Amino acid sequence: MTPVRRPPHPWLEPAILLGSLVPAAAIVTRGVRGELGANPIAQALNQLGLVALVFLLAALACTPAKILFGWTWPLRIRRMLGLLAFLYATLHVATYTGLDQVFDWPAIWKDVSKRSFIFVGFAAFVLLVPLALTSTNGAVRRLGFARWKLLHRLAYVVPTLAVVHFFWRVKKDVSEPVTYGGVLTVLLAIRLVAYWRTRTAATAR
Amino acid sequence: MSTIGTPPPSSEITSEALYLRRREFLKNAALFTVTSTAVGGGLLYLMGGGRAESKSGDAPPSADVTGNPATGADGRLTIAKHENLAGDEPPTPFDDVTTYNNFYEFGLDKGDPAANAHTLRPRPWTVAIEGEVAKPQVVDLDRLLGWFPLEERVYRMRCVEAWSMVIPWVGFPLANLLTRVEPTAKAKYVAFTTLHDTEQMPGQRRNVLDWPYVEGLRLDEAMHPLALLAVGLYGKVLPNQNGAPLRLVVPWKYGFKGIKSIVKIRLTEQMPAATWNLAAPDEYGFFANVNPQVDHPRWSQASERRIGDFLRRPTLPFNGYAEQVASLYAGMDLTRFF
Repeated sequence: MTPVRRPPHPWLEPAILLGSLVPAAAIVTRGVRGELGANPIAQALNQLGLVALVFLLAALACTPAKILFGWTWPLRIRRMLGLLAFLYATLHVATYTGLDQVFDWPAIWKDVSKRSFIFVGFAAFVLLVPLALTSTNGAVRRLGFARWKLLHRLAYVVPTLAVVHFFWRVKKDVSEPVTYGGVLTVLLAIRLVAYWRTRTAATAR
Repeated sequence: MSTIGTPPPSSEITSEALYLRRREFLKNAALFTVTSTAVGGGLLYLMGGGRAESKSGDAPPSADVTGNPATGADGRLTIAKHENLAGDEPPTPFDDVTTYNNFYEFGLDKGDPAANAHTLRPRPWTVAIEGEVAKPQVVDLDRLLGWFPLEERVYRMRCVEAWSMVIPWVGFPLANLLTRVEPTAKAKYVAFTTLHDTEQMPGQRRNVLDWPYVEGLRLDEAMHPLALLAVGLYGKVLPNQNGAPLRLVVPWKYGFKGIKSIVKIRLTEQMPAATWNLAAPDEYGFFANVNPQVDHPRWSQASERRIGDFLRRPTLPFNGYAEQVASLYAGMDLTRFF
């Protein structure tokens, strides 16, 4: 019998998935037990949005991890990280529309169209939808790799919008959004440097 | 499959494979546990804003009030008069009032004041009253408290962040104090200053705002009977995190006008500076009257969430005190002077 060739680290995906569901579980448990503080809806809303941003950045960190350290395992979990970002972004938007505004569509429309911080956040969510929908192997085949890749460049745009959304949201202390913005800048810069290097290497040849 | 040599008994192969798989299984199980715990823990940490989560527990320690003639042994204040100006709206629970508020001098999170304000020493405390008054003076707070009977006032409190509470304050009308020190004819405004002491208020080490916190009122606003200097809530001495030992309460204005831990009251001819107005003049006006028609540039002020409620409620002009105070602003364009 030939041994089945299993990928290395078979524990990786299930472990990341389980750990990633901890925030959702924590928010629900704390909400039910009344431990989200005096303003639980605002608290849940903020925390879900923050976790969505963390996953957007985590998905964006996979390529730099390969460039810098030669790791390939992050690329294996990139799709999952992106889908987790979509999950938390959906929960964030659902909390806003369902719990915060209680489906008051005129008020929501006014918010989205008038307030730049909500508009930017909403735009980030809308752009995330096609990425989630085309996250399957079948979608890559149907679109063709070149087009799929072009579409998925939106993965750079969405976290940028999300950081702006965060930055405009806070009242005064911008240190947290600025930190996330810094991480985003570094992740994008690593790509640019790598791209620029391969280009110069190609022309030098 | 090659057939070189004699294959070992099949039972042996199975057992070895099982043995190896068991070792691998244990290793994987350990790595699985470590990874999922690290991911989950890391996310919880980031969710808490990168801080270890502070438990907002029981009511935090109240101010030390020994020697204050107006208080009993348990911090209860002697109250001469009760007035409910929040209609039939139930007061927000004491625990919410004392664990959820903004007081940047003790941190930026709304749970921070309750967790950190124990460093404030509300006694001994003096208040300097100066500027355009006939009787400028520096007065010990306990002496000042002897001048006026304390009243309980149940007011709505509307934060500029679109949440609100109903709070039973204890204090005395600001007008009583101002009348006593006799404003001169030149006095047009009243300027207030919070304590500036990085030992007692460690949040002042961070330059989030221009310290000390300052606020101001037009003299006619300050003389309005609803404007209160509060020294307590829920019948007891003000907890440190709510602005002990002396704070301003102006119920028809956004909460940030209610300057806390006041050490100086100065009457002026010119409009004084106000901290949030300085920080972002397009977002926070000097008047800061609660107005559902004038949105904050970044969010709507049309509705609010009363702490403890699920549904938002519409915000009322002047926070529901229009009948009493709207005349102060007759003829003023409240969109411009927001």
